[in-house]
Amino acid sequence: MTAARSARKGTLVAVVSTLFVATLLAIAIGSSPSWPLVQKAFFDGTYFSTSLPDVVGAFFINIQLFVLAEILILPIGLLIALARSITNPAFAPLRIFATIYTDFFRGVPSILLIYVLGFGVPALRLPGVPKEPFFWALVTLVLIYSAYVSEVYRAGIESIHPSQERAARALGLTRFQALRFVVLPQALRRVVPPLLNDFIGLQKDTALVSILGVVEAFKQAQILKSANFNFTPLMTTALIFLVITIPMTRLVDRLAAKDRAAQQGGAR
Amino acid sequence: MARVKAKRIAAAPVLELRGVSKRYGRALVLDKIDLTLAEHEVVCLIGASGSGKSTLLRCADLLEPIDAGSIALDGRAVSADDRDADETRRQLGIVFQGFSLFPHLTALENVALAPRVALGLTPTAAEKRARALLKQLGLAAKANAYPDSLSGGQQQRVAIARALATEPKVLLLDEITSALDPVLVADVLEALRALAKGGATMLIATHEMAFAADVADRICYLEGGRIIEQGSPEKIFGAPRDARTRAFLKRVRSVGASALR
Ligand SMILES: Nc1ncnc2c1ncn2[C@@H]1O[C@H](COP(=O)(O)OP(=O)(O)OP(=O)(O)O)[C@@H](O)[C@H]1O
Ligand SMILES: [Mg+2]
Repeated sequence: MTAARSARKGTLVAVVSTLFVATLLAIAIGSSPSWPLVQKAFFDGTYFSTSLPDVVGAFFINIQLFVLAEILILPIGLLIALARSITNPAFAPLRIFATIYTDFFRGVPSILLIYVLGFGVPALRLPGVPKEPFFWALVTLVLIYSAYVSEVYRAGIESIHPSQERAARALGLTRFQALRFVVLPQALRRVVPPLLNDFIGLQKDTALVSILGVVEAFKQAQILKSANFNFTPLMTTALIFLVITIPMTRLVDRLAAKDRAAQQGGAR
Repeated sequence: MARVKAKRIAAAPVLELRGVSKRYGRALVLDKIDLTLAEHEVVCLIGASGSGKSTLLRCADLLEPIDAGSIALDGRAVSADDRDADETRRQLGIVFQGFSLFPHLTALENVALAPRVALGLTPTAAEKRARALLKQLGLAAKANAYPDSLSGGQQQRVAIARALATEPKVLLLDEITSALDPVLVADVLEALRALAKGGATMLIATHEMAFAADVADRICYLEGGRIIEQGSPEKIFGAPRDARTRAFLKRVRSVGASALR
């Protein structure tokens, strides 16, 4: 009874205080002498509704890009993580390659890599090498995010206590079988939240490929902006990105909270 | 000890350790261990903490390479460095002090994993074998439970069932009751007694002297990585010859086994 009432009271307080702060902010911004100008340049209703269909249409390029990239990144990142986890000295070259790979692609600014790969490689005019900007945009995102994701996988694998592998090996499972049936299933369960986090970053970074001339949502917005001398299409694009990323962020939070609860409860 | 007399111990050794030595850094943890297990024989290792019981079991299971000596399983020389060490390990079952069950698998899946994956049984056959083992250990009702919802004693019995699932020639058990409270200890020891009656070959490290006296065909007393004395429970507990064995048993009796952990 009292718990329910205090919860209701808590919600009420939260709503009132949020409204209060929002009103203060609105007044502060609205009282700025140049607000009407800014509003017209960034938040114009007409430009919003006319730009929406074009921007949404172009956003399908972003969706294609990140869906394809994610499908490729999941296995590639795992392979790189596994290459880094191999302790057998015979595979040292593989491990060293994987280490350099992750260091390099996590260390170079994405925008630089997009320039180099998107403009540089096609300029070589090598026979059989694709020239489409979309292709190189995809390659760049896959290279960069595979490096991030491999580190997420690796942290997951290393978080599984060594006694698990030992128990599997004692049962006569080979090293590979122990990894496949005991370590990885537990590790993968733990990496879902940080993995989705990286994918949110990837989805935002699809806007970077606009510099290669791919007409995705951001590029489309820029075109409309220049045509009408109004920034509203850019706000439209921001809104569309948020529509995709906010639910995913909430999902990550929910999964992470569930994980914490499970670990505190000693559950799986 | 009626069981011991009724049981016919075959002459052929199943597991044979000859002059096995093991070092950790500069410390000599096992010092020329000679130990033979005949088929259906139950041998208990006793000795103070740090005497090398766990190390001996880990070396026997080829989980640790040895520095000198040889190990033979069914008369065939085996080593942790062999390319087929995994294959050999399937013929040996081991259960550790801390039960590392696989938390993402149910009790049934824990037991069925090795038969399916390591032995290549069909999923149905592996599951059938796992169910039979769980039933044998009094866990038929817990087949679909995850380890975190089982009591310590139940978990330990799942671990024993899991170790038995590859039908090992020898079962190695390391102090498997030491993490349990006394009520649960009884369940686990009862399960082991049943296994011994059923003719399992077992090498057991334990601090439970009463259990060792009851279940073992032979007791080995370890000190400083050496087997000081071995013989029937009557002999070791009734009339130990070596002064060190006598001193150890005297300490056990005066302080109680729990103080030795
Ligand atoms: N991985 C290791 N590295 C270094 N030293 C070790 C290692 N494992 C065991 N030792 C040492 O070897 C000796 C024997 O250890 P072991 O675990 O075999 O004893 P134990 O008889 O099983 O003792 P307990 O009754 O406490 O389980 C101890 O001195 C221990 O410190
Ligand atoms: Mg021990």
